[in-house]
Amino acid sequence: MSARENILGRIRASLRRTDSDGAAARARARIDAHALSPRPSVKGDLAALFRTNAVKLLSTVAEVTHLCEVPATVAAYLRAHNLPMQAVCWPEIAALDWAASGVRMESRPARRSYDSDLVGVTGVFCAIAETGTMMMRSSGNTPPATSLLPETHIAVLNLSQIVPSMEEAWQRLRYTYGPGPFMPRAVNFVSGPSRTADIEQTLTLGAHGPYRVHIIMVAEGD
Amino acid sequence: MQLTSPQFKTRSREKLADANLQAALKKLQGNFVKGRADRVAELENFPAIRDAAADIRSRTLENLDAYLEEFERNATAAGATVHWAETTGEVNRIVCELAARYSVKKAVKSKSMVTEECALNEALEAAGVKVVETDLGEYILQLANDPPSHIIAPAIHLTKEQVSDVFEVKHERPRRTDIPGMCQEAREMLRGHFVTADMGISGANFIVAETGSTLIVTNEGNGRMVTTLPRVHVAITGIEKVVPTLEDLSTLIRLLPRHATGQTISNYVSVTTGPQREGDSDGPQHFHIILLDGGRTKLLGGDMQDMLRCIRCGACMNHCPVYQSVGGHAYGWVYPGPMGSVLTPTYAGLENARDLPNAATLCGQCSVACPVKIPLPDLLRKLRERQFEQGLKPAMEAWGLALWRWAAQRPAIYAMLAKVGARVLATMATKHDGGKRLIHALPMGGGWTDGRDMPAPTGTNGKTFRELYQARQNRQ
Ligand code: SF4
Repeated sequence: MSARENILGRIRASLRRTDSDGAAARARARIDAHALSPRPSVKGDLAALFRTNAVKLLSTVAEVTHLCEVPATVAAYLRAHNLPMQAVCWPEIAALDWAASGVRMESRPARRSYDSDLVGVTGVFCAIAETGTMMMRSSGNTPPATSLLPETHIAVLNLSQIVPSMEEAWQRLRYTYGPGPFMPRAVNFVSGPSRTADIEQTLTLGAHGPYRVHIIMVAEGD
Repeated sequence: MQLTSPQFKTRSREKLADANLQAALKKLQGNFVKGRADRVAELENFPAIRDAAADIRSRTLENLDAYLEEFERNATAAGATVHWAETTGEVNRIVCELAARYSVKKAVKSKSMVTEECALNEALEAAGVKVVETDLGEYILQLANDPPSHIIAPAIHLTKEQVSDVFEVKHERPRRTDIPGMCQEAREMLRGHFVTADMGISGANFIVAETGSTLIVTNEGNGRMVTTLPRVHVAITGIEKVVPTLEDLSTLIRLLPRHATGQTISNYVSVTTGPQREGDSDGPQHFHIILLDGGRTKLLGGDMQDMLRCIRCGACMNHCPVYQSVGGHAYGWVYPGPMGSVLTPTYAGLENARDLPNAATLCGQCSVACPVKIPLPDLLRKLRERQFEQGLKPAMEAWGLALWRWAAQRPAIYAMLAKVGARVLATMATKHDGGKRLIHALPMGGGWTDGRDMPAPTGTNGKTFRELYQARQNRQ
């Protein structure tokens, strides 16, 4: 008998039942119900709550009205932090007028090398007000490396992408890409710059991922 | 990991005398214990959320076989390969075979306690694969050749000077002593490993039946690196880690970081489903998942089943007065603190860990802190009973109990012994703490007084309880 059969057999023996007594049907029913458990109520202005919580987790936030203001906002951030006026971005952001802002923008995934690109600009799939978290799904057009390898990550989101909690984020994913398998290879929830407290419990930013996470919240249009 | 639980008492004594460790453990209480309390207080309906989390874990265990099969079906459909391992040895064999199949020379690992159970690093090194731990704490320990002492903050027992020493020797770079500088140095060294490794090895905090996904939480981002960059990803986890749905996962994620580190959420929560898809520019080409039994089915259906709800947050150890005093190494295996005192005897054998069920004051702080309501003191009490039934009590204790039984059945002798005892003890107090008189060292009672002082009998001239009771009855 295989390890699989042995383990499943032991589980059934311990739970004192055979494999034919409806455990699979019970499990299936529970899954299909997608029951919500009690959770904190997330009320009020979602954008304001997202902003407050993101800042608590050491992201920085800028607010603009129109998407067309994004390149100038990125340029201002790079200048303020003495960073090179050069970045890589997701294709969905490449169409903005970068030339006018003075930022040399390349639409490609961040380089997987020892010294990657210094700045990565991405969008998000949605954002969670309860914790100030961004949710990103992987695909050819939304490569995860761009939010991970550069020292600075700039994320652009629209206020309509903010949901109350993680539960709504999953529902939105299921609704957008289902029915049928809707999970991308990777869903990454990002809540601020990479950090560690492994030496003497002292908080230090930029352990492996970005040192800085800057979020640009766009109010109008999708 | 080498089991040293039988030496719990000796190691505890060393740890109590280690000033650096004592300072670190104090700080841990400030950070993790207070952090948890603050984050829990922010949730207005915390008790209901906690009940739901415990219920999700319990109900899943009741149909564990079905959820595992559902997980396997969905993971396979997404292109992952699911392996089952009855023992930790089988995990090592499977990973070594995969390493050979894909010509792996170097593997990067994100922190996984299950692979510590397996001693996987040693097995891979023996098979000629270089293994690099990438969680900063684990990386430091790997360089220093030291085991983890906490499941969340593994290198908590080292000072920054000790870390500098290790880095200076192993990195062969000029010595740095500032913490940000050392972190940056480790980042640079490890980035080189991430982009050149052939295999990424991770654990899984949870696996999701509904979608066949595995999930890891990290703050550093090493979990994302390990699951994004190498061409092979192997995720290894215990069979009890399955949850039915993404909604259930959301509930548990709401509690795990709050209880582990006092964070509302960990920096990176990464959910991976199958290997690289068409059009993707990153992600592994091959994705393997290993589900380990390793003694877990022995807990199922018995009086220890509740332990399988554990989500490895570490809150029970952070809140345990014994852990707070001796740290993680004294426990002698992968899992320290109250959860370790239950798991080590059940996974590694009661006879190999006889002190552990007794390494608790049963004060109950652990079960109060536990996000999934595991009645740890009850489980420890049951292990003590089992120990007694199997005759595994330490000899001194058995002999002492036998003597007490003999005397207790003879009231006149008992009264006389108690009288003499109380008077002698009353004269032995050498320390005063406020109004309390304390005995600092007790002949033949070193087990008690080495780690703490014993209160001296307080009655006038050391009267026994029976004498005081008698006097009181006479007065009425
Ligand atoms: S027993 Fe409870 S408190 Fe301890 S690690 Fe497990 S889940 Fe956390």
